[in-house]
Amino acid sequence: MTDTAHTKPSTELDLTDLDCTGLLCPLPVYKAALVLNQLEDGQLLRMVTTDPGALADIPAMARQRGDTLVEVVEEEGRQVFILKKGAGE
Amino acid sequence: MTQTAVPLPVDDRAAEPAPRRKRIALVASKGTLDQAYPPLILASTAVSMGWEAGIYFTFYGLDILHKDRFQKLKVASLANPSGPIQLPNALGAIPGATAAATKIMRKWMSDARMPTVPEFLQMNRELGVQFFACATTMGVMGVEESDLIDGSDIAGAAAFLDYAAEADVSLFV
Repeated sequence: MTDTAHTKPSTELDLTDLDCTGLLCPLPVYKAALVLNQLEDGQLLRMVTTDPGALADIPAMARQRGDTLVEVVEEEGRQVFILKKGAGE
Repeated sequence: MTQTAVPLPVDDRAAEPAPRRKRIALVASKGTLDQAYPPLILASTAVSMGWEAGIYFTFYGLDILHKDRFQKLKVASLANPSGPIQLPNALGAIPGATAAATKIMRKWMSDARMPTVPEFLQMNRELGVQFFACATTMGVMGVEESDLIDGSDIAGAAAFLDYAAEADVSLFV
């Protein structure tokens, strides 16, 4: 369960993508944490979820971890979150 | 008979204490497949959020740590009106009903891409969740330390409460 096959770093933007479509709690939070733990402060994670609970869970995770939720976009049947490692400026 | 004083552990932490992490203390008291999930889900989530997490496995919950049993947890077909197969108790008791309920629950979990209990246990171990094995349960049910998955800490109620006293969230499952 620790594979990061769904992640791909995009160096020019310093942004890592994580696909959590089709995954239910606790997997989006678990997988996001594995990625965030590898990032430096200020680096970005973009994650996509379809779990309806993620709209509440991902902001809660960011608050508890001390990371920053930069943006949430609700699209048809999925949510896209941009997270920044650390509390930021 | 002379007694030798056991030296106390040396506190070698740096003078600057690390910021205190939040902590969750969970009790897992049930040994069915369905009831094994909640404590493992909550603990893995807590650690993913930067908390410490410990689970005290007691009574039937100790089966979740038992090497020969954690892969064979079942869903009750009897007296389980919310279970995967909803049968009157007279039928829930027939041979094979529990196996059928267990098979359906496993399929639900698999179709939803949820990890199995063994996979959740592995995730929790890798995340550093502390596993406490209830010493009294071991004595009552004849469970030896060698029966438990590696890294289980044998503890009584006092040791777990000592851990839970420093917890921000405590839940009994």
